[in-house]
Amino acid sequence: MEAKRGDRVQIYRVILRVGERAPQVPEDTAAVPLEMTVRGDLLEDTAAAGDEVTVETPAGRRLRGRLIALDPPYNIGFGPPPPELRQVGKELRKILSSGARGHGQD
Amino acid sequence: MDKIENYTSVMARRGEIMRRSVGIDYESFTTGKLAFDYERMMKETGYTLDEVTKIQKESNVGDTPLIELKNLTALARKISEPGRGARIFVKDEANNPARSFKDRRASLSVHRALVGGYPGVAAATSGNYGAAVASQAARKNLPCIIVQEVFDSRGFEQPEIAEKGRACEAYGSEVLQLSVGPELFYVFLLVLEETGFFNASLYTPFSIAGIETLGVEIVEQTRELTGRSPYAIVSTHAGGGLTTGTARGVRKAGSPETLIIGVSVNLEGLHMASDRDFNRKSFTTGHTGFGIPFAVWPDRSDVPRNAARVLRYIDRYVTVNQGSVFYITEALAQLEGLERGPAGNTSLTAAFSLARDLGEEEVIVVNETEYTSAGKHPYEQITFARKMGIEIFRGEPSMERPGENIVIPMGPEQVTAGEVDLDGLRKSYIKNACKGLGEDWSITRVDLDFICDDTRLTEEKGLELLAAKGVNLSA
Repeated sequence: MEAKRGDRVQIYRVILRVGERAPQVPEDTAAVPLEMTVRGDLLEDTAAAGDEVTVETPAGRRLRGRLIALDPPYNIGFGPPPPELRQVGKELRKILSSGARGHGQD
Repeated sequence: MDKIENYTSVMARRGEIMRRSVGIDYESFTTGKLAFDYERMMKETGYTLDEVTKIQKESNVGDTPLIELKNLTALARKISEPGRGARIFVKDEANNPARSFKDRRASLSVHRALVGGYPGVAAATSGNYGAAVASQAARKNLPCIIVQEVFDSRGFEQPEIAEKGRACEAYGSEVLQLSVGPELFYVFLLVLEETGFFNASLYTPFSIAGIETLGVEIVEQTRELTGRSPYAIVSTHAGGGLTTGTARGVRKAGSPETLIIGVSVNLEGLHMASDRDFNRKSFTTGHTGFGIPFAVWPDRSDVPRNAARVLRYIDRYVTVNQGSVFYITEALAQLEGLERGPAGNTSLTAAFSLARDLGEEEVIVVNETEYTSAGKHPYEQITFARKMGIEIFRGEPSMERPGENIVIPMGPEQVTAGEVDLDGLRKSYIKNACKGLGEDWSITRVDLDFICDDTRLTEEKGLELLAAKGVNLSA
């Protein structure tokens, strides 16, 4: 991966190392660093993954960190409809159309 | 932020950073050792209803439809005693520009930032509020920075928060994405200090004033559509803003008889600052992990005096399980043709259950919906939960153990709302209040009155609970 000036990249940095974390955090959290990622435009002419680089964020700030991704996608989706929910609509419509107590409205 | 500073030294500057970034001298409202003049603070630093309405109209916020959920009402009646099953209405807040009620708060915060001449606006939020602030900032040409808690130490992103990060970037905001931990606030302080941006806190008087219009609209629209006032308004409770603002608006609209019912998703047993627990929950807000701490001590927020104080306003507080919210979210899509985000349907889930106990002539109103999208959807949340080792099955919702399983009800009659003991919460509030007393465990009349107002305890009961903690009223 080689990124060029102006490319949208993601950088990473450790904000607080183990031992520097807030005194009130639980043990499992205290055992890992506080990490940060941010996306912005690369300011160096070229850079490769792992390089220390500077980005300009959409708010116009310059932040430094280790380059971890070039033009990263948003990794969110809908997943498949879970089997536990798939029948719910059908079941409820059946109750609504049944002759039991109550009345549907117009 | 290139030089990373020691946690404690940054936190020590918290008061000063906050004062500058919010522009409120909170000290000036202090009236006792514990007491402050809440109503004066709301009046002097907030906005009148007319001013809020004007600002929101100009920002394309509010005036959302109130929708009757006829099929869900019919379903509730099918499974209720004869004559029972209140009409269920929902305020479709997903019709706001960034598609949740949070736009009401954000429009006021961003207005305030502009009026105050701040060079930009920043918010520490992993929720819809980030998108709302980013959206409002975008149309006012103000730079915006959102700080979020997004991923655990293995790099797994909570899908709902990842989606909100995407939305913030879509509105042109810088998004700082952090791993799990309360030091998000520390990072936020550094951002405020470095940039001089306005702190669009969720808990300022103007942020809460921004929600009052929601309460007013609900009362007015309900009266127009049904000829009566809402019997109850059901409101998802996390930090307390939605419920506080709604209730204040309802009072201003002249409907003091309307019951205010708070609802949270039950996440008992999960630690909110735990790296391990972070991705073992499917709801990132509107849950007891925020709801209970903020009810029993509102001043844990990012401002010295939280304008959101739910114990002043709630008549009941109930919880629902995660599986029931997913079930009702599916029901809302399938029976009403409304695909909305699960977190916003927390209150609808409780309302569906509560409606069954009310007469058919009554009206129960759910005060919000939120948008749904990739990540903010039951399908993705359940898929992700399974990947995190959570067991998903259909069964009796009381079998749900947060962090271990998600139990989807077998049928609508299994959707129930569990009552939280408000007196227990009031007791915890007193315990927390006592921590602020320092060496001298005596309080004055003004403190006693404040505590009673803040908890809706009678003077007698307030004195009794304080005495049990060893606190006495000094002359």
